[in-house]
Amino acid sequence: MSAVVENNNHHDDHHGPQKGFMRWLTTTNHKDIGTLYLWFAFAAFLLGGAFAMGIRAELFEPGLQLMDPIRYNQLVTMHGLIMIFGGVMPAFVGLANWLIPLQIGAPDMAMPRMNNLSFWLLPVAFSILLSTAFMEGGMPGFGWTFYAPLSTNYPNIAYFVFAIHIMGASSIMGSINVVVTIMNMRAPGMTLMKMPLFVWSWLITAYLLIAVMPVLAGAVTMLLMDAYFGTSFFDAAGGGDPVLFQHVFWFFGHPEVYIMILPAFGITSHIISTFSRKPLFGHASMVYAMVSIAVLSFVVWAHHMFTVGMPLVAELFFMWATMLIAIPTGVKVFNWCATIFKGSITYETPMLFAIAFVVLFTIGGFSGLMLAITPADFQYHDTYFVVAHFHYVLVPGAVFSIMAAVYYWLPKWTGNMYDERMGKMHFWLSFIGVNITFFPQHFVGLAGMPRRYADYALQFAEWNAVSSVGAFLFGLSQLLFLYIVVKTVFAGKKATPQVWDGADGLEWTVDSPAPYHTFDVPPKVK
Amino acid sequence: MSTDSTGHQKYYVPEKSSIPIVFAVAMLFFGVGAADAVMGKGTTMFFFGVAAVIATMAYWFSVVTRESLAGLDTPQLNNSYVYGMGWFIFSEVMFFAAFFGALFYIRTFSIPWLGGEGATAKGLAGDLLWPEFEATWPPMITPEQSLMGDQALTKGPEENMYLHSLRDIGTWLPLYNTIVLLTSSGTVHFAHMALKDNNRKRFNFWLAITVSLAFIFVILQALEYYEAYAHLGLQLNSGVYGTTFFMLTGFHGMHVLIGGIFLATQLARSAGFNHFTDKEHFGFEAASWYWHFVDVVWVCLFLFVYIL
Repeated sequence: MSAVVENNNHHDDHHGPQKGFMRWLTTTNHKDIGTLYLWFAFAAFLLGGAFAMGIRAELFEPGLQLMDPIRYNQLVTMHGLIMIFGGVMPAFVGLANWLIPLQIGAPDMAMPRMNNLSFWLLPVAFSILLSTAFMEGGMPGFGWTFYAPLSTNYPNIAYFVFAIHIMGASSIMGSINVVVTIMNMRAPGMTLMKMPLFVWSWLITAYLLIAVMPVLAGAVTMLLMDAYFGTSFFDAAGGGDPVLFQHVFWFFGHPEVYIMILPAFGITSHIISTFSRKPLFGHASMVYAMVSIAVLSFVVWAHHMFTVGMPLVAELFFMWATMLIAIPTGVKVFNWCATIFKGSITYETPMLFAIAFVVLFTIGGFSGLMLAITPADFQYHDTYFVVAHFHYVLVPGAVFSIMAAVYYWLPKWTGNMYDERMGKMHFWLSFIGVNITFFPQHFVGLAGMPRRYADYALQFAEWNAVSSVGAFLFGLSQLLFLYIVVKTVFAGKKATPQVWDGADGLEWTVDSPAPYHTFDVPPKVK
Repeated sequence: MSTDSTGHQKYYVPEKSSIPIVFAVAMLFFGVGAADAVMGKGTTMFFFGVAAVIATMAYWFSVVTRESLAGLDTPQLNNSYVYGMGWFIFSEVMFFAAFFGALFYIRTFSIPWLGGEGATAKGLAGDLLWPEFEATWPPMITPEQSLMGDQALTKGPEENMYLHSLRDIGTWLPLYNTIVLLTSSGTVHFAHMALKDNNRKRFNFWLAITVSLAFIFVILQALEYYEAYAHLGLQLNSGVYGTTFFMLTGFHGMHVLIGGIFLATQLARSAGFNHFTDKEHFGFEAASWYWHFVDVVWVCLFLFVYIL
């Protein structure tokens, strides 16, 4: 490694970014790395979205038109993997990078070089995963949940396994960085209960990530060993059990679901409070609610597998534990509504996305409550009702919150205001598109249409056509989002440091755009 | 210490660095190489990747060490390392939890159900699929074997690693392994005490003993594996017993090796370069925490894999 030359120029503290492409490869700056994460997530969002368009095009009418079922399965699998591990999670990590040091008054993340590594492992992992597209046997096609024994008998899974390992390493390092930054680098006077809710939501998220990503690593390791080294974890012939895979996977998988929604809770709390021009109602109860949700997330995993044949007592336990989650979630929705109540509300784009988040996420939450009822779940399991449920919590849930966050903080990042008229247009197109896409899936699901099939029975044709039209509307409107963001980066009305007149927090005390280095000297928090 | 005119200590933010991106590229070679190797497409890239990862890590640690010697760490930065190491060990705990969880699930549910216990299993797994299979731990005959005899692809082990009679305890390797590791946990603590007393010679002595015990453990474990493969008919693919035995002890053994190298590095730093003071020795402290963690994992292994 003699080629690596370190620049240990410690005395030159106040400097701008390096010029040229190397800036992005060698940067240790939390703002640069946040930007990298966000653009990576955007690219993944468009790629995963393109895969979704392929799925909806095939499902536009019954029968096989565009692709064989194997290709269809590959699109479904890669859509899920890319959106979760490449889209939503990196987008939240990008926001964490940009915002946590600004919101707690820290000069940077606690471990800046590891921060750079956490990001650059993502393109590495996704190159490995996507490289299977050019191999004999093709991309993985066993669903993002890669249930054994389907996955253990699949070609090319070694690439999938090591890609997941590297993504996991990236997530764990990123999360350790977040936890350490929050625990160790808060400005003097910022006690835990004074911490902004986005920071709180990320502290809890990072804890969940550090707890469950290693379990995912364990799951893919067992898979690899079963597939290539003759072990019997998931093989009943040797004394194992395919259901064991589902237990290990969902022990990771359910907290993972909350990893993808907790930061959204933080974002929504900030935005609703700003545009209602009122302090958030129930700050402390929001914190306790998130902590409860995180704790409960470890004891509900088997509600994903009610139909595998578990003992009755287990079914009941997981049913009641799952329903308990409705309580802290209800607290949060109540607090958001109470914050809006009697506020001086204006409806800028971030606020529109945040209100849509509260309404549509709650719909997704309610269908989740329906799915939690064990006897009813035997009817809903593996139907489009489940697809509708988790897309409601993930698209108008997590993704809308990310878009809200981008509109809300973009002026702080770029120094320019986005085009409000176009932002509103983007919101309404997305809002309408999302509902046309996913609401009909409740109907076909309740009518019995199974998920993960390239073809379907004729009676589902109308609602599937509607759903596909909605999907293309939603997908195309995201190109408008791309245009708005790019335009704002280069031009627009200059933003003030405060940006929004109801905004409160340390990030609004620095200039817009935020200088390359902020809070070299920590501010005093009263 | 870098302190500005107001007496405020600055948190050291390294300006830019090529190490992480080089590391990421090394991981690309490692990941692709590992997958290639597993699928039988050659091992060259894998070994290149491993070498590149190790070299980059070594260089990275040396840079951090030099920064520490140059006085760039404030107490706040040291705190970051303390928290960071703690959370890293927590992630390792969860990794082992996945494998222990699998072991408990197999022992409590899979095997009894395959033997026909439980309301739903009685009809399905018990009577229809594997009528002859009897649930025991460790399962010396796999369900497949109970059906197909010698034609089965997955066969149980000929012998297992449990202690069969108290008279054999003198030749029971796991007991020696336990003694070695528990002793090493004590010696690493003595080393820490010595360092706190600023007694460098005593520190080096106890640390050297700890490192030797670490490598003795690895050698004993290798011997055990050799015995299992050569004489006991116990292999990685010997049904679910072989699976859990080798995966749990194997990952633990790998962690002992890593911990041993970690400790040996601290020994080299102390004996060769005179690093560490009685106040500042987090490199050693982190290694010793890691070592205690590896030790605790072994105690669980000894209990649940070798005794119960």
